[in-house]
Amino acid sequence: MSTDLPSKNGLAIEFRNVSYSFAEGSELISSLNLQVHRSETLVLLGRSGSGKTTTLKLINALASPTAGEVFVEGRPTSQWNTIRLRRGIGYVIQDAGLFPHFTVERNIGLVPTIENWPADRVRQRVIELLQVVGLDASLASRYPRELSGGQRQRVGVARALAADPPILLMDEPFGALDPITRAELQREFLALQRRLEKTVVFVTHDLREALLLGSRIALMEAGKLVAALPPDEFVRSTDPLVKQYLDAFGELPTTTGNRGCA
Amino acid sequence: MNVFQFFWQNRTEVLDATRQHLWMVGISTLLAVIVGIPLGILITRWPALNKPVLGSANIIQTVPSLALFGFLLPVPWIGAGAERIAILALTLYALLPLIRNTYAGIKGVDSSVIEAGRGMGMTDRQLLFQVELPLALGVIIAGVRVAAVISVGLATIAAAIGAGGLGQYIFRGISMVNNQVILAGAIPAAALALLCDMSLGWLEKRLGTTTVVPQS
Repeated sequence: MSTDLPSKNGLAIEFRNVSYSFAEGSELISSLNLQVHRSETLVLLGRSGSGKTTTLKLINALASPTAGEVFVEGRPTSQWNTIRLRRGIGYVIQDAGLFPHFTVERNIGLVPTIENWPADRVRQRVIELLQVVGLDASLASRYPRELSGGQRQRVGVARALAADPPILLMDEPFGALDPITRAELQREFLALQRRLEKTVVFVTHDLREALLLGSRIALMEAGKLVAALPPDEFVRSTDPLVKQYLDAFGELPTTTGNRGCA
Repeated sequence: MNVFQFFWQNRTEVLDATRQHLWMVGISTLLAVIVGIPLGILITRWPALNKPVLGSANIIQTVPSLALFGFLLPVPWIGAGAERIAILALTLYALLPLIRNTYAGIKGVDSSVIEAGRGMGMTDRQLLFQVELPLALGVIIAGVRVAAVISVGLATIAAAIGAGGLGQYIFRGISMVNNQVILAGAIPAAALALLCDMSLGWLEKRLGTTTVVPQS
């Protein structure tokens, strides 16, 4: 497949001393070192403004590091053809970011279409993906505004998976959903991830979501990485910032989440 | 003699003037679309050009129309024909609503939609033609509508420099102190303006809302 990324080692993504600051000098990310293993679900956890979304955007080059390098499949993003890099990385954002003037079918088929797949193959892939994300094929001709929030988010996931990218970036994808729909989508995400084994970087501020979905949790605070630990170690961590985050959430369910293959 | 009798007796002449009027408005609006929309797109891409472009279009708009027709008289080639002057002047006036609405329409597209498109690897061109322009279309057509309606009114003044159109009757009626003759120009001009407004309003609704109202 055209979007397969070449691999050089077991790391899908690596941040090496990455800093990112605005032109006026305020630093959003400071000397970040972080590794994302192939097929793991790394959750970037942190409060608003901690730099999680920026970290995500540094991976698909929506932001460029002001210092250091982000390696994707062993190659710095600065040396990638930006368009090729992005087409090999699925991107899901809050509220799905669907194109309101495209039907569900055109939304899901977007990347295959701009990758010039033949029309019938795109259609076939769309039908396949609707099934993967648990949507009825009859929704294909609908417009995003005719869908519920949960359905839109499923379409968003289907769209990100369309060209079968090895890496998936998810920016608070379930943040705008009601608790029941959210729980449903989280469960399905876990099932899907066990099957597809994508490398996923998942941004959330919700500790429960992080513990449930992450094979590792990277806590960020003020642009710095505090800790990156598997869920069971994360809840036992003695790091003051981790503890502060844990305390803020009070009583937690026992972690039974994703153990991935990291 | 009432105005309807006047229309009937001069029907070929009035029709001719209407046709001429419509031609001036149509061509100038088309030229303004050809120039204004790309300029509007350009200033979304190079924000540094935003102020000079919108500023110039604004300044043109503040020049009284009669004066603008006069200013263009000495311009080579253009000045040689009254109709050319009229078309150029109308084009210049129509630029502001077109540039402004194109810019505003594109800037008004939900930034998360743009970001999603960019993040999925759409090129700038794909983003422009498949996302930004289609979503801005309603606002852009609203600009064309404003421009066309203003042009219908302004084009009557073109008669002052001999460009013809429905303004001829208005000017002639004023000098003859004859309301019937003024109305012979004013009524068709008003009808044209309404027609432009309604047809483009319809188009605006149709195209602008494909983004909102689905066709099932």
